[in-house]
Amino acid sequence: MRELKGLLGLWYRELLVFWREKSRIVSSLFSPILWLVVFGGGMGTVSHVEGVNYQTFLFPGILCMSVLFSSIFFGLYIVWDKRIDFFKEVLVAPLSRVTIFTGKMLGGTTDSLIQGAILLSLGLFFGIHYSIFSVVAAMLILFLLSAALVSLGLMIGALIDSLEGFNLFVSFLIFPMFFFSGALFPLENLPGWLKFFTFIDPVTYAVDAMRGILLHLNRFPLGLDFLILGAFALFFISAGTWAFRKLK
Amino acid sequence: MANPVIEVKNLTKKFNGFTAVDSINFEVDEGCVFGLLGPNGAGKTTTISMLSTLLRPTSGTALINGHDVQKDPAAVRRSIGIVFQDPSSDDILTGRENLLLHCLLFDVPNAEIGPRIKWALELVDLTEWKDALLKKYSGGMRRRLELARGLLHKPRILFLDEPTLGLDPQARENIWVHIENLVKVEKVSIILTTHYMEEADRLCDRVAIIDHGKIIVSGTPTELKTGIPEPKRPPEVLKATLHDVFLYYTGKQLRESGDTAEGGFMQKVMNFTKKNR
Ligand SMILES: Nc1ncnc2c1ncn2[C@@H]1O[C@H](COP(=O)(O)OP(=O)(O)OP(=O)(O)O)[C@@H](O)[C@H]1O
Ligand SMILES: [Mg+2]
Repeated sequence: MRELKGLLGLWYRELLVFWREKSRIVSSLFSPILWLVVFGGGMGTVSHVEGVNYQTFLFPGILCMSVLFSSIFFGLYIVWDKRIDFFKEVLVAPLSRVTIFTGKMLGGTTDSLIQGAILLSLGLFFGIHYSIFSVVAAMLILFLLSAALVSLGLMIGALIDSLEGFNLFVSFLIFPMFFFSGALFPLENLPGWLKFFTFIDPVTYAVDAMRGILLHLNRFPLGLDFLILGAFALFFISAGTWAFRKLK
Repeated sequence: MANPVIEVKNLTKKFNGFTAVDSINFEVDEGCVFGLLGPNGAGKTTTISMLSTLLRPTSGTALINGHDVQKDPAAVRRSIGIVFQDPSSDDILTGRENLLLHCLLFDVPNAEIGPRIKWALELVDLTEWKDALLKKYSGGMRRRLELARGLLHKPRILFLDEPTLGLDPQARENIWVHIENLVKVEKVSIILTTHYMEEADRLCDRVAIIDHGKIIVSGTPTELKTGIPEPKRPPEVLKATLHDVFLYYTGKQLRESGDTAEGGFMQKVMNFTKKNR
């Protein structure tokens, strides 16, 4: 009970912060929309992929990309928190590190999901047709993806002490994760050794599932996508919890 | 009385070979106020960080309310409240939200959350400011809010690291009266650091003077004041104050390290006071 209450407190704080920094939502939507309109629109005039217009094909990938970026970069907050003394107030609270981690993780996941939901609704302008099932399933995929990646970001943030270090490390991670996920093109034709990277990239399964849900263009069975993404989420949550245990 | 709630044995903290706290020993009895005095960099905050489980001691032990800070940090955290030396409130929240968050983190019973927040705001005279973002508070107002926050969950043991730093005289008086009540009525035990000697004199049952990580002397304020040579001054201010005690014990070290800017200034002060003895 004590832990649950603490968890709600931490979550509540993250939501307030998110609400007061609403302008971040606008800036976080800017780059995905640019990708869709300029890159997707431009390519769409010359190419179709698997029977759909390229712009439409791109949409699920860009949706996952936006969650990828906002989720991992949420870890930056913990680097920042460690520098200001407010975090000490949280660390002396009689709460387990698991609770503190989970509170942050839920906060970051909520942020990413709100951004994801706004972007998802913009799909109407890019040739996506929704059903109740597809909206629920798409949000579920985004939830698993952002839970995994927020945890990864928080883990990195807990282990690294400088903002610059965090940015450097994350950019080495985030771009490969984006390019190997198949967000921009079908993965079939990649040579074998490159394909290996696509299999170890959690974003691959989110993109595949999202394409399956919105466009019926999945490569793997949907159930398998969910399962693998869920496994990634559990793995990164455990890793993040471990990293928070080491925070003094 | 012999019922120590804090027992510190040979507590030591080294930062890469530099010894910030050097094998200190002391006890604090239940319902007592223990003052840690010492110049900047003496090791006061480091000591409090170790006692509140934020820093792992290099060696030695500390028992808080019977719990070892290294073996059972969770139990220690349930027993304590702390007011940090540096600002530790969240700027992006309002005063009331900061207090509410504290209540949730420190498990204040739900029915009591509302009344206690109201009480805390009144105590430090910030009721009118409760819905303003902390960014808009002045330094002293922030300090007052943090003080009130440390009391919200009614801890048995309180660590106050320079609690009245930067407060105006009225606010300081309010806080002093409140600390005295806490000790008298609720039997809270307190470790307090301060650079204000009159504060230490008024509040503390026992005082330890710490410098370069070592406790140089400890005792009741009266013991300490009668333990040094009487200052030679006009009769109306003849009696030694804790201020004299502080300079008597820490002055030597300052003179040795007279090459620092601070040392140079303090040396002038010391020479001046010596001339007037
Ligand atoms: N994280 C750290 N790493 C290295 N040295 C540290 C660290 N924290 C404190 N110190 C050093 O330990 C010594 C004691 O610092 P501490 O903050 O405990 O002093 P203090 O008595 O609280 O001083 P003040 O009156 O200025 O608050 C100082 O010399 C400081 O430079
Ligand atoms: Mg200090």
